[in-house]
Amino acid sequence: MPAFKPVLLEAVGVPNGHLLASYKSRGGYAPLERVLAEKQPVDVVDMVKASGLRGRGGAGFSTGLKWTFLPKDHPGPIYLCVNADESEPGTFNNRILMEDDPHQVIEGIILSSFATRACTAYIYLRYEYPRSWHRLQAAIDEAYAAGYLGKNIRGTGFSLDIYLHRGAAAYICGEETGLIESLEGKRAWPRIKPPFPAIEGLFRKPTVVNNIETMACVAQIARRGVEWFKSIGVPADPNNPRDPGSYGPKLYCLSGHVEKPGCYEAPLGITARQLIDEFGGGVWKGRKAKAVIPGGISMGLMTESELDTPLDFAGPGKVGCLGLGTAAVVVIDDQTSIVDVLHNSCRFFAHESCGQCTPCREGTSWSLRMLERIKAGKGRLKDLDLLAEIGSTMGMMPGSTICGLADGAAWPIKNAINKFRSEFEDHIKRTNPTGWMVTEPVPALQIVEAH
Amino acid sequence: MIAQRKILTDEMIAQIETLASRYPTRQAVTLPALHMVHAALRQVPLEAVVEIAEVLGLAPAEVQDTLSFYQFFHQDKPHGEVRAFVCRSISCALRGGDELLEHLCHKNGVKPYGTTADGALTIEPAECLGACDFAPCILANDDLLTNMTPEAAEAELKKPRGRAT
Repeated sequence: MPAFKPVLLEAVGVPNGHLLASYKSRGGYAPLERVLAEKQPVDVVDMVKASGLRGRGGAGFSTGLKWTFLPKDHPGPIYLCVNADESEPGTFNNRILMEDDPHQVIEGIILSSFATRACTAYIYLRYEYPRSWHRLQAAIDEAYAAGYLGKNIRGTGFSLDIYLHRGAAAYICGEETGLIESLEGKRAWPRIKPPFPAIEGLFRKPTVVNNIETMACVAQIARRGVEWFKSIGVPADPNNPRDPGSYGPKLYCLSGHVEKPGCYEAPLGITARQLIDEFGGGVWKGRKAKAVIPGGISMGLMTESELDTPLDFAGPGKVGCLGLGTAAVVVIDDQTSIVDVLHNSCRFFAHESCGQCTPCREGTSWSLRMLERIKAGKGRLKDLDLLAEIGSTMGMMPGSTICGLADGAAWPIKNAINKFRSEFEDHIKRTNPTGWMVTEPVPALQIVEAH
Repeated sequence: MIAQRKILTDEMIAQIETLASRYPTRQAVTLPALHMVHAALRQVPLEAVVEIAEVLGLAPAEVQDTLSFYQFFHQDKPHGEVRAFVCRSISCALRGGDELLEHLCHKNGVKPYGTTADGALTIEPAECLGACDFAPCILANDDLLTNMTPEAAEAELKKPRGRAT
């Protein structure tokens, strides 16, 4: 592999790298000036489509294609929502981009708004990022003062306002229609689709929702070109006409039991083992990995023997995980109980289920109660079958919920029980020697707090 | 009309009107207005809900509906001068997040979500703070406390801090 130089993270470690002057000295905003002077919106859409850029927020949908779903010749307004509600456990790449290189994000937003003819862009930022809030607001103010935002930008007739909108600590606001509802001032209950946001989204107008890292990628594609972007990553599988490939650099968030946790930029398709060994300094304390989360907790678990799986959009799915997700790689060492890991996951989803769909609200909370019981030494082998049943019946894929939160809750359950069943069985038999074989209903333990 | 507002100041009303110009509906200002009151009072009492609703042209129930969805807003009692979110999600938990929370609650004599008797500190479990590179971590008002040990966190949370924005 040729030496890879970080592009999205270029500003990290640069003194005052977050300021406009620094960004311009690295070549920033020149591509925007060029686009505004020479191009039409459709050219930018075509550029992003040709680059093969897939959304970095989790689902990996083609960004250019998403933009083309907007109605043609709509009288407007059209809105761009930038999803900065980064809440997937293990994920922090948006935070790094917003804090260390906010102008890269803003240039991407301006280019994307120009392409989609959006007149207003709202950045929905999670509450937990006060530093990002201040950095972004300062950068937006700089961009207004420099004439990159506001009315009739550079005399082109194109106008754009960017507003920051702050969330209130709810994971569901990262789901695109939950985000829209929250922005409208309501409880963040995801909407039934269709209509998709491109047709009827924010304030019932055509809306595009894109992730912060996606915006940074758009800025870099405009600066370095489609060929550059396509030279990085994993090309489309010629034997699979439905594989659009995994192009471009990606920000991997490495955390958990590694020597050097951090956000590392690498070509899409690096393996988890390479990430851990080459960037993360290996598993901490000289231990071995027992399991690795490939892309945020909702993507499930890979075993040690699956660590050579390439972390591109198609890779994790080949070993039974949900997908690449947010590329948040969390390493779990061999001294850790997988029962504890699954308990943590179930607690998270029980807390964050919005409660709108019964299978998710009940499924997440009962799976937590079962894990509480197993952890407390009152588990039964039957619980594993019950958990697996919950795991396979709640979610968009089995068709029982409105949004994908439940799929994300289900995947760690399914993966943990399929891939580590013997550890669960050993734990249950060891801690509940007289009751592990019981199959009659038993009461739940009282949990101190679940919601 | 409310004869006299008790909670929303003239400055807050002016700020709400500025924000309202950014959105096509006034309801969209609900969360920003709740944040505004919460940052000032460390709680959003019911009276404030009624006043926000009046300014935004909504029913109080609509504002309360939104408020109550987000566990974030304290309503009946203000949270402490320092509000500490202790992360318990996976990356922090793998590095001692749960133990950190337990230690801090024990040493400060509160349960999770509780406030010390002197009103100085509220300790709340948080889901992923997005600072997993610094696990385990705590968000105390606007300050991110990184790579915390139980002892270091105990000392950090005794320090006075700027208000949460």
